[in-house]
Amino acid sequence: MKAIITIIAVAALASVPLWLRDPYLLNALITTGIFVIGAMSLNLLLGFTGQLSLGHIAFFGIGAYVSALTSLGFDIGLPGGLRLVHTPWPPIAGFVLAIVIAGLCGYFVGLLSFRVRGAYFVIVTISFAEVVRLVALNWVELTQGPLALTNIPSIALPLPGLSELTLRTKMQNYYLVLVVALIAYLLIARLVHSHFGRAMRGLMENETLAVSVGIDVTRTLTIAAVISAAIAGAAGSLYAHYIRIIDPEVFAFINTVTMVIMVISGGKGSLAGPVVGGLIFGLLPVALRPVMAPEAQWIAYGGVLIAILFVLPRGIVPSLAQRFGRRRSRATALASVTLAETAAKEPA
Amino acid sequence: MTARNIAMTIDQVAVRFGGLVAISDMSFTVGEGEIVSLIGPNGAGKTTAFNVMTGFLTPSAGRVTYRNTALAGLKPHEIADLGLIRTFQRTSVFPNDTVYDNLLIGLHRQGRVRLLDAILGLPGARASERKLRQRASELLEWVGLERRAHDAAGSLSYGEQRLVGVALALAAEPSMLLLDEPVSGMNASETHRFVELIRSIRDRGITILLVEHDMPMVMTVSDRIVVLNYGRIIAEGTPDVIRNDPAVIEAYLGHGAGRA
Repeated sequence: MKAIITIIAVAALASVPLWLRDPYLLNALITTGIFVIGAMSLNLLLGFTGQLSLGHIAFFGIGAYVSALTSLGFDIGLPGGLRLVHTPWPPIAGFVLAIVIAGLCGYFVGLLSFRVRGAYFVIVTISFAEVVRLVALNWVELTQGPLALTNIPSIALPLPGLSELTLRTKMQNYYLVLVVALIAYLLIARLVHSHFGRAMRGLMENETLAVSVGIDVTRTLTIAAVISAAIAGAAGSLYAHYIRIIDPEVFAFINTVTMVIMVISGGKGSLAGPVVGGLIFGLLPVALRPVMAPEAQWIAYGGVLIAILFVLPRGIVPSLAQRFGRRRSRATALASVTLAETAAKEPA
Repeated sequence: MTARNIAMTIDQVAVRFGGLVAISDMSFTVGEGEIVSLIGPNGAGKTTAFNVMTGFLTPSAGRVTYRNTALAGLKPHEIADLGLIRTFQRTSVFPNDTVYDNLLIGLHRQGRVRLLDAILGLPGARASERKLRQRASELLEWVGLERRAHDAAGSLSYGEQRLVGVALALAAEPSMLLLDEPVSGMNASETHRFVELIRSIRDRGITILLVEHDMPMVMTVSDRIVVLNYGRIIAEGTPDVIRNDPAVIEAYLGHGAGRA
């Protein structure tokens, strides 16, 4: 049942560029897709370990800047009159570096904050994002500050035996984002269903008990933070090479809030939740724009969010799953009662 | 008791919370394969002693040694790695998971595969996963919860949740099990079955330290009993000795308990 839904959903998503020709809508889908990847990575922390990272956009932004700088090159002064010069590398190397460096940042943030956790983790992540934003804004020599990094090259895939394929069209970029999103989804799914995912769940439900059966809290949470940050970094890299211009505004708090909304409305702790929530709240502004004044759009956006949480308080996916699940379990219960009755009658 | 090898030594342990003395100068040993009970009135320091032995609390003085390893400074999960596993008085299950999944979480120590292997679904990781599932089913059968395997642990009766707690502890493959009031909230027949379970655990070579209020149960199951009162050991010995110890009768069992 679940497998069928997944296959249909993937096929539907893969078919979109074949019938949707409007570049504006396709663009909206691509940026939404990039944010869905970010939301999935946030869900790994928030939904499966219960730790709220309110600076999650920092990892996304770091991925974007690392990837952009790797492919643009830079020339900066160091103390002592030295200069650090980096000649441009292919964008695909930037993508890989973005994942690695965002993951490393996740490691240090996790190491710093998971000894205390909870509210402290929230504060550390907010501060981290703000510090990184200030660095991006003020280290003009490296980041161009508010002038933004421009002319970031599109991602080029080295094809064996052929020349490079540069992903310039919307359709190509759509498929790139879709593939990365699928990989991220599979990775998180594997992780959550593994022995490691059970350790995360145990910690979230009853930390004292989890520790008593030998689960290492700091290690488990730090690994989750590293993987989460690395996936967010990958999303940031895709963003930089698709939009092709980034400025420190990418670190804005509202971007983290958007990801949190996607996760909570779709259902934290469910794999498909951030995808469903992300598609709704990523595409909602696009849907509202032609029919409403800008002020009214945000009111409607808030209204939809409140309505979803009011009707489906645990998020869309878990609430619906529970509703259908209950119907099914009632059916099996009825079946077993019938069986028991038949069995009771037979010996007579 | 001299014939047994000593599994755990509690040596002059004291715990003070500010001015309050929870435990003072407590020393006793537990032999390999023995069932020892720690009893005493409420507030005597039994659970505090448990917390010290499992690393949840650092003693103000003294030391605890398990199989020649000093436990000072070890974190709870590191103590669990030594095979010393406890159950809890209250928080005993992962409430939102099924009983079966509870046990899979409890099997954490057995299922350590490399993270990358698990993500890639390599054969090694899969084989380990199959083994864990097999083991979880065996454990369910052992404690008699097969029928509840797919119910959320939080929805079980109190007595059944205690069994899940014990199964979880067993899942961690203990060489010594510390049970904190396991039969509180159980009715007579559940308690009776639980005594059988404790014996079957011991028969597999697992040392047991028990904190319990249910006197008849303690008297039936224990090889040896240690009695605490106001943080001090006031008596130690076999159930027969304890039953007739005047200090115990006065401090704990009350007057006229000689017939217990």
